[in-house]
Amino acid sequence: MIRFECVSKSYGGSVVIDNLTVTIRQNQTTALIGPSGSGKSTLLELIIGLEPPDKGAILIDAEPLTSRSAFRLRRRMGYVIQDGGLFPHLNARQNIDLMAKEVGWPLKRRRERVDELCALTRFPPSALDRFPMELSGGQRQRVSLMRALMLDPDILLLDEPLGALDPMIRAELQGELKSIFRDLTKTVVLVTHDLGEAAFFGDAIVLLHEGRIVQQGQFRDLVERPGEPFVARFVHAQLSRLAAMNDQALVAQARQG
Amino acid sequence: MKHVRERLLLAAILAMIAASSLAEGAPEEVRIGSKKFTESVILADLAARLATSTGAVVVHRQELGGTRLLWDSLLANEIDIYPEYTGTLKQEILANEDIVDDASLHRALATRNLSMSRPLGFGDSYALGMMRQTAKRLGIENISDLARHPALRFGLSDEFLSRQDGWPAIRLAYGLNAVNPRGMDHDIAYKGLADGSIDVIDLYTTDPEVSYYGVETLADDRHQFADNQAVLIYRADLERRAPKALRAVLRLEGAIDDRSMIGMNNAAKIDRRPETQVAAAFLATSFGLANVERDEGLTSRLARRTMEHLRLTLLSLGAAIVVALPLGIIAGKRPTLGHAILAIASVLQTIPSLALLVFMIPIFGIGAAPAIAALFLYSLLPIIRNTASGFANIPPSLRNSAIALGLTPMQRLRLIELPLASPAILAGMKTAAVINVGTATLGALIGAGGYGQPIFAGVRLDNFNLILEGAVPAALLALVVQGLFELAERRLVPRGLRLKTNASI
Repeated sequence: MIRFECVSKSYGGSVVIDNLTVTIRQNQTTALIGPSGSGKSTLLELIIGLEPPDKGAILIDAEPLTSRSAFRLRRRMGYVIQDGGLFPHLNARQNIDLMAKEVGWPLKRRRERVDELCALTRFPPSALDRFPMELSGGQRQRVSLMRALMLDPDILLLDEPLGALDPMIRAELQGELKSIFRDLTKTVVLVTHDLGEAAFFGDAIVLLHEGRIVQQGQFRDLVERPGEPFVARFVHAQLSRLAAMNDQALVAQARQG
Repeated sequence: MKHVRERLLLAAILAMIAASSLAEGAPEEVRIGSKKFTESVILADLAARLATSTGAVVVHRQELGGTRLLWDSLLANEIDIYPEYTGTLKQEILANEDIVDDASLHRALATRNLSMSRPLGFGDSYALGMMRQTAKRLGIENISDLARHPALRFGLSDEFLSRQDGWPAIRLAYGLNAVNPRGMDHDIAYKGLADGSIDVIDLYTTDPEVSYYGVETLADDRHQFADNQAVLIYRADLERRAPKALRAVLRLEGAIDDRSMIGMNNAAKIDRRPETQVAAAFLATSFGLANVERDEGLTSRLARRTMEHLRLTLLSLGAAIVVALPLGIIAGKRPTLGHAILAIASVLQTIPSLALLVFMIPIFGIGAAPAIAALFLYSLLPIIRNTASGFANIPPSLRNSAIALGLTPMQRLRLIELPLASPAILAGMKTAAVINVGTATLGALIGAGGYGQPIFAGVRLDNFNLILEGAVPAALLALVVQGLFELAERRLVPRGLRLKTNASI
């Protein structure tokens, strides 16, 4: 369980997170959604300790996140970002097992774990010795996901993991990711600006606007019982975009979910 | 014939570096310096040969910059003897002390624990000269005639321009206020005079070029140029440390008349005979001194200079890498501190290389040490700047990914940041190394040897082959260094960073 208690964060005078309190529940997928600049990526950076909060407390399974505890707590988290964040000087396998090697896993164990993850993410093992530049966008995100999962973390943080992919690959990977999340039973926090994606993945959706939570709940709640005029506007804009894209199937699926 | 002497030189250097404690019972040691003009080099070589004939270990440091450098080196006990002129001592070096005659000059030297030989037998005064036909055409015979021709272009040596008894005194005495002289190297001034790009130069009365080029020496009709007898000045303790060698060297007192000196200058500069041969020939005829030395062969000269040059470059570059890499990393990670570091390194870079070399002398003396120190300072900036930009250019997403993985700062540095910055760092080192190889040639001016020595001797003697003997290996070494760094880039820069194509799906 991840808990934010009255957390604030500013960058250069502009408030990004504004006195925010939220609980992210264990072993389910929480989608953080909101327009750009709403603070959703910052929330992830706060969880993994890339940035300390200006005010308030962040608790990971009731343990406060401090600069001291961050190193240990990070090893229980996996982090995937939009462009994958793969190290260009390391090949796919080296990217994936870098941390396991540093914490002293023997070769055999690392190999077995990588094989396991290749099967899970349907990544061709023959491509493991390729460098990130030699991989396709979809493959890069699979490698990034494997790297995040390597040490079997309890918490998986994904910041627009599919944002850089073209629509075909994106749709394919969405389906796969969802089944991976379901099989793994991990606490997943996924940042997206796309309501369809949030609805597709999220057991719970948290809608952020200007550093505050404007509504949290399920997709249905947002659509049917918008708490503020902003929610209705946001939902309407996204749904009409989806409709315009003639992607009714996804909306219908989301409505059912 | 330089062979034995150069070997002794090497042995002496090695002995100083490795085992100064083993010097007990060693032969007498004498270190002789000379300025970077032919007459001075010949005189010093004469002294070196005479000292060597007594079995002393002799080091002759050639091509040391100007008067001030030699004087300071003598005071700092970096050299024991060098040829000087009484006028220079009275009017320039000791200008602030009221020296009226030779007796007061001896006293002034004695207070500094220095001694002066009796005159060697010839005078070498400053004079102003013009091409004979120009002087005739304009009707110029005396220096005072120059005032009537304000359009004449003056090319004067830097030392003459700055000496109190030089240009400032002449300008005042002859009312040459309208003249705006250009400062230039003395040897180049003769060429400028000959090809007509300048009209008036300063010269030494014993310069062989005077007769070679047909230069008219203008009469000093207001008697401004002082009598300038050649002497040897030496550290007084030499009488105790190396009595036999000193006695031999002082045989030069009164032994060289004007004609002999002009003849030797002529042989070296116009006939292009090596100074060592000229000096040996003079000693053979005047003193019947058998020439026991042989010429150092080209191969052995090149090998020695290569070792000297490599030593300068490798030590200074190695030290610069050790210091600049951490500074560059700090500068890349802390932009505010980085600005300060880069500003300091940039200021160092703007100091002219020769000036930087000379600044190092009070701290390190003359020889390889000050050159290495100066080259070290010069090599810092390219490495710091490239390392800093290599670190600053690491994408934030990769930084964050590395932190998020749970890597410690040291692990991030070793596994992520250094490999990612490695192309920039190596490029900086390559730049530093190539600049270093080139700049190291200037080290010859402060006694560090290397490829610069034949270059400066060649410029001085107008000997193109001699210039090539230094310039070609220096250029080749720069190419080799560049090639080595390119090889290192291939080996050290991770393959993943050299990929350019981005495969699409």
